[in-house]
Amino acid sequence: MKVLYFSWIRERLGMDEEELTLPSEIKTVGEFLAWQKNRGEEFEAVLEFPDVVRVAVDHEHRDHDETIGDAREIALFPPMTGG
Amino acid sequence: MSDTTEANIQVRIQPHDFDAGIEIAALTDSRFDIGAVVTFSGLCRDENGSLSALELEHYPGMAEAEIIRIAEKACQRWPLSHLLVIHRFGKIAPGENIVLVVACSSHRQAAFDGASYLMDFLKTRAPFWKKEHLKDGSSGEWVSAKDADDEALKRWE
Repeated sequence: MKVLYFSWIRERLGMDEEELTLPSEIKTVGEFLAWQKNRGEEFEAVLEFPDVVRVAVDHEHRDHDETIGDAREIALFPPMTGG
Repeated sequence: MSDTTEANIQVRIQPHDFDAGIEIAALTDSRFDIGAVVTFSGLCRDENGSLSALELEHYPGMAEAEIIRIAEKACQRWPLSHLLVIHRFGKIAPGENIVLVVACSSHRQAAFDGASYLMDFLKTRAPFWKKEHLKDGSSGEWVSAKDADDEALKRWE
């Protein structure tokens, strides 16, 4: 699936998107974030406080306890500051 | 940019500027059932004279989809004959437009409430992020989300 990063998360990771294949045991958004956190220093820093990271699955907001399902696209981003 | 299938909701995500007067006229010309038009314009603000521009990053596809979802909820809640939202992205200088909401209804309260509801949810749920660019050429901070914006949602519960 495609994983997108925005704002300071994108800057700190040094990439705006990547293709990932998730282990089959990952069911929820929270489990996905915990798995991401183990992918290296940058991910660990970005996910130090996972509660502040917002997640969208196929263009819709998802809480951390919700399931990912067979998503095509997951995005990680900080709280929004538009308007 | 595109319009939604809902005839009375229009959402446009665009880099270029807009003219609120032209947009209002386009919605109200040749119509005689609209008794109230409430317009909100959000502008780029420079509080201490150091800002050269705000850079608005957005999530293409989701930004539009999320604002449409918010607009649909507003239209379910109030009798709005039209709800137009334009949100810009890219670099925006102090004093320039960032966002426009135009809510049309037969009566004023629905138009006021619909516009206000839309902005409250847009601030916290539409995937846009502001980064400061400073006059000294440096890149400033990403603007932090405000707790007050989350608090503002509670009045719609």
